[in-house]
Amino acid sequence: MKIPVTAIRLPTRPAREYESRFDREQSMLKMLAIPIASVALASMITALPIFTDEPLLPPFGLLMFLSWRLMRPGLLPVWSGVPFGLMDDLFSGQPFGSAGLLWSLAMLIIEIIDSRAIWRDHVQDWLIAAILIAAVLLGGLWIAGMAHAAPEPIVLLPQIILSILLYPLAVRICARLDSWRLAT
Amino acid sequence: MAPPQHRRPGFSRKAQYGLFVTYVVAIAGTIAAALLLAISIADPAGFAALRAAGAEITAPVARVFSTVRGATQNMNATVAAYIHAGSKNAALEKEAKANRKKLIEAQALRVENARLRGLLKLTEEGESQIAVGRLISSTSSSTRRVATLSIGRNFGVERAQPVRGPAGLIGRIIEAGPTTARILLVTDSENLVPVMRVSDGLPAFSAGLGNGTVLIKPLNLGESPFKVGDVIVTSGNGGLYRPNIPFARVIKKTSDGALAIPFADPGNTPYAVVMQPYQGEARAAQQAAAPDGETKEVAE
Repeated sequence: MKIPVTAIRLPTRPAREYESRFDREQSMLKMLAIPIASVALASMITALPIFTDEPLLPPFGLLMFLSWRLMRPGLLPVWSGVPFGLMDDLFSGQPFGSAGLLWSLAMLIIEIIDSRAIWRDHVQDWLIAAILIAAVLLGGLWIAGMAHAAPEPIVLLPQIILSILLYPLAVRICARLDSWRLAT
Repeated sequence: MAPPQHRRPGFSRKAQYGLFVTYVVAIAGTIAAALLLAISIADPAGFAALRAAGAEITAPVARVFSTVRGATQNMNATVAAYIHAGSKNAALEKEAKANRKKLIEAQALRVENARLRGLLKLTEEGESQIAVGRLISSTSSSTRRVATLSIGRNFGVERAQPVRGPAGLIGRIIEAGPTTARILLVTDSENLVPVMRVSDGLPAFSAGLGNGTVLIKPLNLGESPFKVGDVIVTSGNGGLYRPNIPFARVIKKTSDGALAIPFADPGNTPYAVVMQPYQGEARAAQQAAAPDGETKEVAE
C-alpha cells in the first residue's frame, strides 16, 4: 500500500498537529538550561582566536549574567554569582576565584538595590549595569595586581566603555532567548 | 518593572525559610570564593589543572576557528598580491639588487665568525626546538596577557620553555596541559625579559605594560640612551631565552628608558616554536640555590 504524502508531512513533531493549542506545558529543561548555557557560552568566547594588544574584548559572560539578572529578577538565585563566576575564571585568565567573588558581590549589590529602587526602567538598569561592569573590571585588575605585576588602570578604559555600550545588546539577546525559553 | 514575586513569600514558613537560606548560601559562597582567591594568589599554580581542563574543552572549537582565520588571511594576501603584482615586482627587483651586496658581505662575516669561534673552541648549540604549534586563543578580556598554544605535553611542551615566532620572541610557557599550553606573552606586566640593544649590546630589561607595548629599562642608571628606531634583541642573560632572538623596536624615548613594540604580533603569527631553555641546567642549579631553597619560577 502506498503511504499518502499527508501522513509523513511533519516527521519531527508528529503528534503536534492534533494536540490542543491551549494549556501547553513549557519545557522544564529549556527553562533551566537556556540562561545557564547562554552565560557559560558567553564566558567561553575568550577561547576563540581573538588576539588584542590590550584588554579590549568585553567580558561577555558578565554582560549576559547582569542582563539576565536585571531583566528577569528572581530567575537567577542570589548565590548564582559564585558558580557562574568560577566558571568564567577558567577561561578569563584571572586568578581562580576572582570573578567568583566579584560576580557574587555584584549579585548581592543588585539584591540591595532591588529592595530600595523597586520600580525601574531600562535606563536605570543600564546605569546599574554600567557601574557594576566598571567595578568588576577594576576589581579584577586589582586582584590580578595582588597576585602578579599588573598594568595601570587606564588600560581598562576602552574595555569599560565598550562593555557599557554593549549592555543593551546583551539585554536584547537575553530577551530573545527568554521568549524562546518560555515558548510552549 | 514590577518587584519579583519571590521577595514576598507571604505567611508560608517554608517559603520564608527558603528565601533566608538563599541569602545564607549566597554569603557563604562569596566567602568561599574569597578563600579560593586567597589560595590561588598564594599558590598561582594551584588551579592550573582546572584551567588546563577548560582550555582542553574549548580547544577543538578554537582550532577550527584558528584554521578558518588562517585560511582567510592567506586568501586576502593572495588577492592583494595579484592586485599589486606589477608595482611590487619593480620594487622587489630594486631591493634584491641592493640586498645582493649585503648578502655577500654577510657570507664573508659568517665564515669569519665560524673561524673565530673555532679558535675560541665555542660549540654552537643547535636551535634546539622542541615543537611547533599555533596560537589558538588569548585572554583578550582580561588584563593578563596569556595565549593558548595548540600543542601541549603530547609534544613535549613543559613549563618554563621560551616560545618564539618567525618575527620574534612571543613569550614563555607557564602551564602545560595534555594537548594545550598557556603562554605568558612578553607584553604581560609579569614577564621580565633580559634584552640588549643590537647595535652595541647595551644590557636592559623589558617589562610588559599590558597594552601591546613593552618598557625597556637599561641596567645602568642615568639618562635614557635609547633612540627611536633602536632594535632590541634578547641577551641570553638568566639562561631562559637564548641570545639574539629579535624582540622589539623602540618607538618612544622616556626619561629612564624607552617604549617599544614587540616584533611578534600574537594575532598575526603563522606558527609558534617552542624552544629548549637556553641554559636549562645552569638555571635549575641557580634556582635550587635560591635563598629560601624554593624555585623562583613564576607560575602563572
